[in-house]
Amino acid sequence: MCIAVPAEVIEKKEGNIAVVDYGDLKQEVRVDLVDVDIGEFVLVHVGFAIQKLSREEGLETREIFRQVYAAMEE
Amino acid sequence: MSLGTEISRKLHDIADRDMVFMHICGTHEAAIARYGIRSLLPDRLRIVMGPGCPVCITPQGEIDAALDLVDRGCIIATYGDLLRVPGSRGSLESSGGDVRVVQGVHKAVEIAEGTDREVVFISVGFETTAPTVAATLLSHLPSNFSILSCHRLVPPAMKWLLEQGEAHLHGFMLPGHVCTVMGYSEYEQFPVPQVVAGFDPEDILLGLLMLARQVQEGSSRIDNAYPRAVCREGNMKAKEIMGEVFEPCDVEWRGFPVIPGSGLRLRPGFDQYDAQKKFDIEFRHVEKHSACICDKVLRGIAQPSDCKLFDRACTPRTPIGPCMVSHEGACKIWHTYRVKMR
Repeated sequence: MCIAVPAEVIEKKEGNIAVVDYGDLKQEVRVDLVDVDIGEFVLVHVGFAIQKLSREEGLETREIFRQVYAAMEE
Repeated sequence: MSLGTEISRKLHDIADRDMVFMHICGTHEAAIARYGIRSLLPDRLRIVMGPGCPVCITPQGEIDAALDLVDRGCIIATYGDLLRVPGSRGSLESSGGDVRVVQGVHKAVEIAEGTDREVVFISVGFETTAPTVAATLLSHLPSNFSILSCHRLVPPAMKWLLEQGEAHLHGFMLPGHVCTVMGYSEYEQFPVPQVVAGFDPEDILLGLLMLARQVQEGSSRIDNAYPRAVCREGNMKAKEIMGEVFEPCDVEWRGFPVIPGSGLRLRPGFDQYDAQKKFDIEFRHVEKHSACICDKVLRGIAQPSDCKLFDRACTPRTPIGPCMVSHEGACKIWHTYRVKMR
């Protein structure tokens, strides 16, 4: 549960909520802890964005996490 | 030659003495196991896992407290990782109570909004998770919602490990995600080589190289090998929110004694959300009586394969210790990758 995954913010909604894109999954997350705009990357942990990431970092890290999780699910 | 191979070769050149480094992050252990990083290291350089899995370090007494809340008829909401962690009389999964897995605390609040029954969120986790709970407690909440705070802070445990000295550590790979939120200024109090590292194999190897260099130079500082996600100050907004809601307290960790200032309890203004106060629940100390060596694994003085129960009596389906339960537990991770190698 202490895992955090990079995602791109694609929509902002009322009540500290944003829609993020993990690559093949879109999900609503809480953005109480960061001030973000659409197009920025965030690190998502237990349904909350906990920090902003650079776009490059977000894309790179997302691929690594995908591989690690795929292996853990097998 | 790939970057990883190049770093690995440099590590072999530089490891001219025994070096033991500890990481404190389940995601680091998963990446190290997945990419077989230990096989790339020189014999004299070892990386061991410390108390980096929040589920694993939650002591039996706190699982028992969650089971007490089941007995009171509360709906229990928590992370899936916690379900099978053994308390002294079974686990949440085997309790027969209304136990629900949620992605995070906000989903537990949604459950409370849809029922008149009491809903308690079992709130485990380090400094990555605590701010999410704090932010939620600062928003409008139904009166039938409360949390059992089982949070832990990393720096006090590092201090304990360093003072205790049994793991003979030469440096630390700091928990990347905790540092994302908290920054790393708190860690400057520790006079040992430290590095903040990312999660791909080259990042981890680079982190190890930076640690080995510090050992060789006889220096002790914090190198940041993950600057794109981690800065010295961390996420100020998250830190402020966390400080508004929680205050440090002295708590026991599984495998450790009571570590001063290593837990988080709700500040007095949040009593109505404190399940311990609302339901008069105590955390009791429970003595360990099995052959399980999770305590030693969490202190970095044993590895999963040293345990007689590992992959025999203790498997992810029949876990005896918490490290075989969580996706971030060293035993579960070792089990996963040993199985894949067969």
